[in-house]
Amino acid sequence: MNQEPLVQIRDLNFSYDSRKILSGINLTIPRGKVVAIMGSSGCGKTTLLRLIGGQLKPSSGEVKVNGQVVHELSPEALYAMRRRTGMLFQFGALFTDMSVFDNVAFQMREHTDLPEELIHDLVMMKLHAVGLRGAHNLMPSELSGGMARRVALARSISLDPMLMMYDEPFAGLDPISLSIVGVLIRKLNDALGASSVVVTHDVQESLKIVDYIYFVSAGKIVAEGTADEIRQSKTPYVHQFVWGEADGPVPFHYPSVPYGDELMQAVN
Amino acid sequence: MTKLLANLGHQVTSRLWRLGFASRFFLAIFLYSGTSFRRLQLTLREVFFSGVMSLIIIMVSGLFVGMVLGLQGYDTLQRYGSAEALGILVALSLVRELGPVVAALLFASRAGSAITAEIGLMKATEQLSAMEMMAVNPIARVVAPRFWGGVISMPLLAALFSAMGIFGGYLVGVVLIGVDEGSFWSQMQATVDFREDIVNGIIKSFVFGVIVSWVAVFEGYDAEPTAEGVSGATTRTVVTSSLAILAADFVLTALMFRGV
Repeated sequence: MNQEPLVQIRDLNFSYDSRKILSGINLTIPRGKVVAIMGSSGCGKTTLLRLIGGQLKPSSGEVKVNGQVVHELSPEALYAMRRRTGMLFQFGALFTDMSVFDNVAFQMREHTDLPEELIHDLVMMKLHAVGLRGAHNLMPSELSGGMARRVALARSISLDPMLMMYDEPFAGLDPISLSIVGVLIRKLNDALGASSVVVTHDVQESLKIVDYIYFVSAGKIVAEGTADEIRQSKTPYVHQFVWGEADGPVPFHYPSVPYGDELMQAVN
Repeated sequence: MTKLLANLGHQVTSRLWRLGFASRFFLAIFLYSGTSFRRLQLTLREVFFSGVMSLIIIMVSGLFVGMVLGLQGYDTLQRYGSAEALGILVALSLVRELGPVVAALLFASRAGSAITAEIGLMKATEQLSAMEMMAVNPIARVVAPRFWGGVISMPLLAALFSAMGIFGGYLVGVVLIGVDEGSFWSQMQATVDFREDIVNGIIKSFVFGVIVSWVAVFEGYDAEPTAEGVSGATTRTVVTSSLAILAADFVLTALMFRGV
């Protein structure tokens, strides 16, 4: 088996116009592992995922997936790479004009010449894996948030990807759905022999299922380690994040002029 | 003053930039149209949603426009003792102008706005991004079939509009008012020229179909991915395509009927 990590990110910098989003990111995702990228909202986690998927190009540095530098790939090669990756979007992004069955069958119909009978069996297999075989006739509008997320998960694994990317898979889910999705991420990763990267700010659920964690703050990696290392970390940022404390290095207030000056300005 | 000039300059350059983007987008639609024809059911599905679902509004409007033409036309023609020419007036007005133009305006409001809203919402809910991440080009899979669905539907709808209009004119002129039926149809057949009138009308409706479909898919694809952005894009589709249809109609009429 190839021992080279599936994803390698080296000195990655990314800016929107003049606004720096990511700076000097170094990160690896070993084969067969589930890696979490954590950080507060707006710290650049989703941007990092889009850079891995080739939807954005880095300002400098590189992202290597399976030995290929993503931003140097031709459109055809990029699409070929994407056929071997799956992505779960924050709110599922199911195709609202298609049934659950057609959503899961979408990639199989687009990228393969499999006969419809075989596609039927494969779709049922994927839906069974997420516990929604009985919902194959429903439309996305008839699904709860948790069910929609599981259908999207079934769709993203439809071509047995080598890399799974999850963008906030736990956002807005009730505790039961959240736990189900968490377990599925781990089980599917191990069953498919894939590697997974989970972008999230849900600490407790992630620590249960992932092998390694990177903490991103203000576009930089500020801490990393296994779940146990993170739980015991004394780094102020990690401690504040893991234990959900209001006081710490992450400021409560959005940057602004001092409050006193603001009040005096109104008086003057 | 400087600020005003800067604002004006910004407005002009941003509009030019957007026009350039729209033109490149138009070329991209042609470039990625292969799927629309290889998998014809994708395009036919859009013909159903754009064309078949617009049938009622087009046919009812055509009927009423024809009935109004019958009334107004008779009122004017009978003053000069030419009431028998009502068939010619109704048919030429519809086939040359009102059929293509009014059908296109209705098509822009009914189908164009729906296409924009659908593509805009697909963008806002990350469905287009999801498609890209699944190695499926959204221009080939979502945009091009909707574009061609509109282009194919438009001439057929305009033809139906004209046919219903002529029937409406017949109902009012012949059945209600009592214009001679033989004159109504025979004068129409003798005067309406296939090449000059009907083919030119078809060309017009085809061009309007391209305009409405292009504007609709572009506005949807370029919409801000928010509720407000999609609503603004839908409004822009109706306004821009309506103005473009009327302007293009003037240009096409000037080119086609300059010898008249």
